[in-house]
Amino acid sequence: MSETEAFAGGALAIAARVRSGELSARVVTEAALEEIAASEPLLHCFNTITAERALAAADAVDAKVLAGEDPGPLAGVPVALKDNLCTRGVPTTCSSRILEGWRPPYDATVVARLSAAGAVSVGKTNLDEFAMGSSTETSATGPTRNPWDPARVPGGSSGGSAAAVAAGLVPLALGSDTGGSIRQPAALCGVVGLKPTYGLVSRYGLVAFASSLDQIGPFALTLADAAATLQVIAGHDERDSTSLAHPVADLATELRRGVEGLRVGVVADFLSEASGSCAAAVRQAADALADAGALVKEVAIPELLHGLSAYYLIAPAEASSNLARYDGVRYGLRVDGDDVQEMNARTRSAGFGDEVKRRIMLGTYVLSAGYYDAYYAQAQRVRTVILRSFARAYEDCDVLLAPTTPSVAFPIGAKTADPLEMYLSDLFTIPTNLAGHPALSVPFALGEEGLPVGVQVLAPALGEGPMLRAGAALEAVAAPGARGPVRPQLGGPLAGVAR
Amino acid sequence: MSRYTITGETGEWEIVVGLEVHCELLTKTKLFCGCPNAFGDEPNTNVCPVCLGLPGSLPVLNRRAVEMAMAIGTALGCEIRPSSFHRKNYFYPDMPKDYQVTQYDEPLNVEGRLTLVDGTPIGIVRAHMEEDTGKTTHMGGDGRIHGADYSLVDYNRSGVPLVEIVSAPDLRSPEQARSYVSELRAILVATGASDGRMEEGSLRVDANVSVRRFGGEEFGTRCEIKNLNSLRSLVRAIEYESRRQVELLERGGSVDQETRHWNEVEGRTSSMRSKEEAYDYRYFPEPDLVPLAPPAEWIAEVVAKLGLMPAQRRERLASLLGESSEAIEEQVATVIDLGLDDLVVATIASGADSRLVMARAANEAAQQPDAARQLDPERFGELIGLEAAGTLSATQAKAVLGELLTNGGRPADIADRLGFKALASDELGAVIDAVIAANPGEWDRYVGGDDKVAQFLLGKVMRETKGRANGKLVAEALASRRG
Repeated sequence: MSETEAFAGGALAIAARVRSGELSARVVTEAALEEIAASEPLLHCFNTITAERALAAADAVDAKVLAGEDPGPLAGVPVALKDNLCTRGVPTTCSSRILEGWRPPYDATVVARLSAAGAVSVGKTNLDEFAMGSSTETSATGPTRNPWDPARVPGGSSGGSAAAVAAGLVPLALGSDTGGSIRQPAALCGVVGLKPTYGLVSRYGLVAFASSLDQIGPFALTLADAAATLQVIAGHDERDSTSLAHPVADLATELRRGVEGLRVGVVADFLSEASGSCAAAVRQAADALADAGALVKEVAIPELLHGLSAYYLIAPAEASSNLARYDGVRYGLRVDGDDVQEMNARTRSAGFGDEVKRRIMLGTYVLSAGYYDAYYAQAQRVRTVILRSFARAYEDCDVLLAPTTPSVAFPIGAKTADPLEMYLSDLFTIPTNLAGHPALSVPFALGEEGLPVGVQVLAPALGEGPMLRAGAALEAVAAPGARGPVRPQLGGPLAGVAR
Repeated sequence: MSRYTITGETGEWEIVVGLEVHCELLTKTKLFCGCPNAFGDEPNTNVCPVCLGLPGSLPVLNRRAVEMAMAIGTALGCEIRPSSFHRKNYFYPDMPKDYQVTQYDEPLNVEGRLTLVDGTPIGIVRAHMEEDTGKTTHMGGDGRIHGADYSLVDYNRSGVPLVEIVSAPDLRSPEQARSYVSELRAILVATGASDGRMEEGSLRVDANVSVRRFGGEEFGTRCEIKNLNSLRSLVRAIEYESRRQVELLERGGSVDQETRHWNEVEGRTSSMRSKEEAYDYRYFPEPDLVPLAPPAEWIAEVVAKLGLMPAQRRERLASLLGESSEAIEEQVATVIDLGLDDLVVATIASGADSRLVMARAANEAAQQPDAARQLDPERFGELIGLEAAGTLSATQAKAVLGELLTNGGRPADIADRLGFKALASDELGAVIDAVIAANPGEWDRYVGGDDKVAQFLLGKVMRETKGRANGKLVAEALASRRG
């Protein structure tokens, strides 16, 4: 069976057919593995492909179906995991040299939950090193390419996951979003990307970048698949103290509720900062929601534009502490030295890339005696201001509408020399993380160079329901061809690296 | 307590000491994971992703540890406040995350007081929660990290819950410091939060020492002394360090604020880290934990479960024992330390001789404290009664007590089974007469008024009766024969 045939209809359709016995999980898995292997030389979505484990997991699903047992809501669905999610016995590198050779002795909670739901993990996807970046170019294993145009970046940091779904290699993937690392690559790759409310999904087993901002979420081609995945991975986990005890809503029901009467605010302050096609897509989306019965108005929340500065103090501060443990003593890379300090320094010098070093230094600086109040504490005050301004907006809005990114996918190498320019890629996504709110990006239009454009739906904490309602309405009227899967265009300067 | 000063060449100096005591909590599991909290196990066996700080792992606060910390705070008269955790960042190989989770500007317990046995009040600034580090053994060199050939790290201790108790700089002598730690230790043991074993590192003390002219108001520059593993080290280190500072100041020098290491063998302190080399810990709120604000009902539960503290327990015993002596104070300390005071109080209440109860509890029962705590006061009282009446000799009573603690039963039955029948008075009389006849010289001296010989004669009688005679009765019999 061809991969296209096997994947028809997306994750939920696969699961339905596997559950009914019409399609075997092994066939689906083999198709995915074949596609992944074929795409890898061009796209490099994966750091590790776990073919044997995947086939064994698929066989276990098939055996359950045969035995009449419930194989789970995602039975037989191939899923790709961002390589900062711990997988028992499988290398987890964060695309960093410093974790070379490390195999976690445990599965992240989300990994265990997906597996219990019958999903079949096929491998670990590429990311910006330790999720620090917006293009997947800071990866120690080399960049992932955008399947819409392999000369361009897929976005980041979850670029491997986004590109894998966009290229149709897998119907589902998990990413992590600290400042936009799910939504931004989803937008640049023409797929759905969802960042849940902070605490809705357990972070246990997610290698920390900035603990107060990190959250795991799904990539999929459809909102229904993304919602189903969130339903599986969400819910309280006693291993994560920041995990919410709140029961998870029935998201599938929310998706079908429509937007009649839904109060939608368009974040005016972001429109002027976005490129033509990105701003235009939001206006179009607003009109579409109004046509569908939503109450749409513009809102001004100028404070949100300060989010970027606050983020680049808070996130590096937490990162500088979270990444201290990579010292060469216990696991991963060790470069020997004459004493332990020298060993630490040599290991970290060799093991971390430039962007990670930059953020560790920045974070160390802002937490230093004498600077803490001016930087870290001040950034936390800005964070509070952002929370309050969101709260004001949500007094008379159920959701907010905004561009996901300032522009469509940019060429590989275009921003690597200018970190600040790169940081601006997350201008519209960062405030959500600072507030701990949920947001999603829906592929909505085609923009410059025929590249996909995403529209972002933001909601208050635990507002996944209204967020999905608005998202579904946008999905229904999105431009044809605005979402994957796409076949990578071969030719031009990249023909040489193609399979 | 008499005032303690150091007499230098230029005058009298006073010392000022504040102590930081780290207390390992006796929880079954570690502070942030379910690994056993156990001392002395095979290295690196009580570990998991959390206490090894593996990437992706997260801490979950141990409820029992919080309760013990609140019990300690309550016992020290602290206010229990809403608190939070911070990260203290520095690199050290035995600290798996290269930061320590600790409480910083919002500690759980603040502003308490500890009253020394002599009545001196010592302020408690705070008693906060934190995690312990692993343990490094440096191989080769002089056992310290610099110059070692290699180092071995055991992470079994990593993540063990600690409470750090910080005193105000209220201590004014090495002896007061000893008294403070000794009383604090008794309090910690009484709360059930600690086993108080300094030698196993379950209590660790750092001392902040400074000196000033006697009668001065301002504090001098302090040094923090680490590696104080016993009360003896604590006293010696404070004595040494304060003299060092006085000599330095009298020579016109100044004390540098620094961290100093106590070398027990050489009996001196040496510089570990100067102020300039001090770590910048870059404290910031631990984002992986939520704030800890114990609700009033929870605090009330902990307070209600707290038993009597050592000072109250000492008072209770003192009121039963009458006039005190050094020996009795020691017995009281032992009995309280081992938690045998409830037994003692109940046994005395049943009508037994109080001094004898104390002696048997502090000396013999203390050998088997677990069994002794289970002992029925009525049985214990029966035994004391037999000894007090002379039915059993001291030696016999000790043997019966040993049997009682090991196998239980009624003291009278045990005595029968062991063949401890009281010596009939005619039998005892015959033995005494025989001893007198066999030692005419000693007898004459005794008759002549030399009372010291009584012990010799008594010993002979005891030997002849194989300890079955009651010493008091023998002494009386000897005295009456002397006429």
